[in-house]
Amino acid sequence: MSDHHPTGLKRWLFSTNHKDIGTLYIIFSIVMGIVGGAYSGMIRAQLATPDGGFLGLDGQFYNVVITAHGLIMIFFVVMPGLIGGFGNWFVPLMIGAPDMAFPRLNNISFWLLVPAITLVMMGGYIGSGAGTSWVMYPPLSSTLGHADMAVDFVLFGLHLAGASSLLGAINFITTIYNMRAPGMTFHKMPLFVWAMLVTAFLLLLSVPVLAGGITMLITDRNFATTFFDASKGGDPVLFQHLFWFFGHPEVYIMILPAFGIISHVISTFSKKPVFGYLGMAYAMVSIGVIGFAVWAHHMFTVGLHVDTLAYFTVATMVIAVPTGIKIFSWIATMWGGSVRFSTPMLFAMGFIILFTIGGVTGVVLANAGVDKILHDTYYVVAHFHYTLSMGSLFGLFCGFYYWIPKISGRMYSETLSKIHFWVLFIGVNILFFPMHFLGLAGMPRRYADYPDAFAGWNMVASIGALITLASTVFFLFILFHTLRYGKKAPANPWGEGADTLEWTVDSPAPFHTFDTQPRIK
Amino acid sequence: MLDFWEYIKKMFGMLHRSLALIFLVLFPVLGFCTEPEPWQFGFQDAATPVMEKVNELHTILLWVIFVIAVFVAALLLYTGWRFHEKRNPIPSKTTHNTLIEVIWTVIPVVILIFIGIPSLRLIYYMDKVDEPEITIKAIGHQWYWEYEYPEEDISFDSYMIKTADLKPGQKRLLEVDRPVVLPVNTNIRILTTSADVIHSFGVPAFGIKQDSVPGRLAEVWARITKTGNYYGQCYEICGMNHSFMPIQIKVVSREEYDQWIKEKGGKKAKADASKNNPTKL
Ligand SMILES: [Cu+2]
Ligand SMILES: [Cu+2]
Repeated sequence: MSDHHPTGLKRWLFSTNHKDIGTLYIIFSIVMGIVGGAYSGMIRAQLATPDGGFLGLDGQFYNVVITAHGLIMIFFVVMPGLIGGFGNWFVPLMIGAPDMAFPRLNNISFWLLVPAITLVMMGGYIGSGAGTSWVMYPPLSSTLGHADMAVDFVLFGLHLAGASSLLGAINFITTIYNMRAPGMTFHKMPLFVWAMLVTAFLLLLSVPVLAGGITMLITDRNFATTFFDASKGGDPVLFQHLFWFFGHPEVYIMILPAFGIISHVISTFSKKPVFGYLGMAYAMVSIGVIGFAVWAHHMFTVGLHVDTLAYFTVATMVIAVPTGIKIFSWIATMWGGSVRFSTPMLFAMGFIILFTIGGVTGVVLANAGVDKILHDTYYVVAHFHYTLSMGSLFGLFCGFYYWIPKISGRMYSETLSKIHFWVLFIGVNILFFPMHFLGLAGMPRRYADYPDAFAGWNMVASIGALITLASTVFFLFILFHTLRYGKKAPANPWGEGADTLEWTVDSPAPFHTFDTQPRIK
Repeated sequence: MLDFWEYIKKMFGMLHRSLALIFLVLFPVLGFCTEPEPWQFGFQDAATPVMEKVNELHTILLWVIFVIAVFVAALLLYTGWRFHEKRNPIPSKTTHNTLIEVIWTVIPVVILIFIGIPSLRLIYYMDKVDEPEITIKAIGHQWYWEYEYPEEDISFDSYMIKTADLKPGQKRLLEVDRPVVLPVNTNIRILTTSADVIHSFGVPAFGIKQDSVPGRLAEVWARITKTGNYYGQCYEICGMNHSFMPIQIKVVSREEYDQWIKEKGGKKAKADASKNNPTKL
């Protein structure tokens, strides 16, 4: 019997099964999403009205809240959800492999996240808490700005999260290179697998640079080195270069898997193969490559040489071209198709519209001259929440509704999930769109309190946050409803448009799949 | 070439202003403003040529991105409607069209070149001023600004006025006890650095934002064209009171500025005084 599996502790704690580990990642991502969302709620409550809103947090604790919010959402919600969760579940299924290449490594990758988040969370509450924001620039993050151990906790937590990502990346690369079913050449690989391959390479090349940077920060803090101490020959700006050499690829690490999911969903619900498949795959590759050469666009105000500003402006704008190719290819995939507005498709279309808005404001920010005015204002906050909080998050929900029949064996309710989509769509737009106005007017980021002129749009944003909160609670209900009352799902609930291998196995996918390798024509 | 860009800027400016008129009717604004306003949609009014140029470029960008975003959204929604399974039950199998793929690669490139040229010109224009007439230095501290007028041997600290101590008409979180005083229509060089963590010296109306990094001295410039009270804030997280170290700049006529320097006991003022009354020495 092929579906024999261990139970209890043996199944979940010592798991080496890619589906179980994927499920653990998804559960982890949802739980951390609630925690990170609680921090978002605190931010919007604090900023709802001038003078501390309903919370009246003091400046340091507010900084702790935004730091925790950023770190949790990036490292413990989006990455585990998209990469660890959907990546683990569907990369082996889509390439016809029985499991990941290194199942025990896979187990470690997941379980490292638990001590990682524990350390990061403790960093928020030890001493005065780590209020450095997620970028952790020294000297604010040095002993000068944070004398107690809080920042050390966060740094070690990030080291563990980084190790987890690195091991995961190695696993994905090995799996994708060596375990594709016979006949599945690179140019026949599903786009989600392409996305995960590029993502894994981005992780492999960028995370060690972050690890180097934070290690130097740890030794600066604890062992009297002075890498980032200007008074002793170091340079605080060096840290920013190291951080953003990681940080910029990181934003693509968070969006490329979503790109992959969107491609499959658009194709499935248009009953039409992806338009310009090779263009789509190599657009992601080129986004990944160029993504390593644009990092200093986060540093336009640190005092770079004017020629450097010019270079990074041009290089950053170039990324708009492959991104444009993706957007237009998605629309071209729908063109001529037979479009059905199921919930995953709504999320995919919402993704395209909102990611385009976040993308074009990115083009504005690419211009160093304009960015000097908008840098560290709410315009930037609006920009990256349109790409992440609407881009990556919509990608997560899109993947969730698309694949939950395969994962759980049960269908979600179309009515409930459509309500979820619309409430979320309206909520996030009311929440984040006014932030463009605040940023243009000059409101700085990471402020616990703001001049009264900014009160109006902040109130609107906080109302949007309430709506978003409502949609999130509703999503948890849908999750419960699906698992408890969902109709039994067939192997392929989506019909002829869904032509990747995961739809050839039963729903829920059995514990062991592809005992005999499928052949790709 | 130069005329072409001036023409483009003028076109966009006109388009923008005519639409801004609609907003003016909806949200009456009283002329030039030196501070952020409730329900503001765009930039603060430009008080320097740099900010005017930023504004011009941003106007072009705003229109370009507005058109792109509306185009993409409209195309997507139209495609979804036109090819809905009710209207188009049999899907086509087209997956390639070289011509259209070339078009949607080339057109974005053309658009990027179109915005790239004025953008690069702006970057070089903002960089430095050739002949600064006055130099001041802003030093970030946790959590206040220290200002120096090196040529005048003047320096002072500038703290935010706490909410409880505000006088009627003063702006919460923006007003300081000792504002910077600068003359109008003068090339001013602003140097900035920090004494502890990184801060950032930003004054939106001047088109200035420069990180104050310990161990580094960075330079920006401003030629302020209108007198008045301007406000800026710290734009780099610097700890507990990051929100509470505003910048206030009083821009006055050259005569008032000289008078202020004299009162402050500036070096030049002393020198001038000794020139006028040599016997007193
Ligand atoms: Cu970036
Ligand atoms: Cu600050």
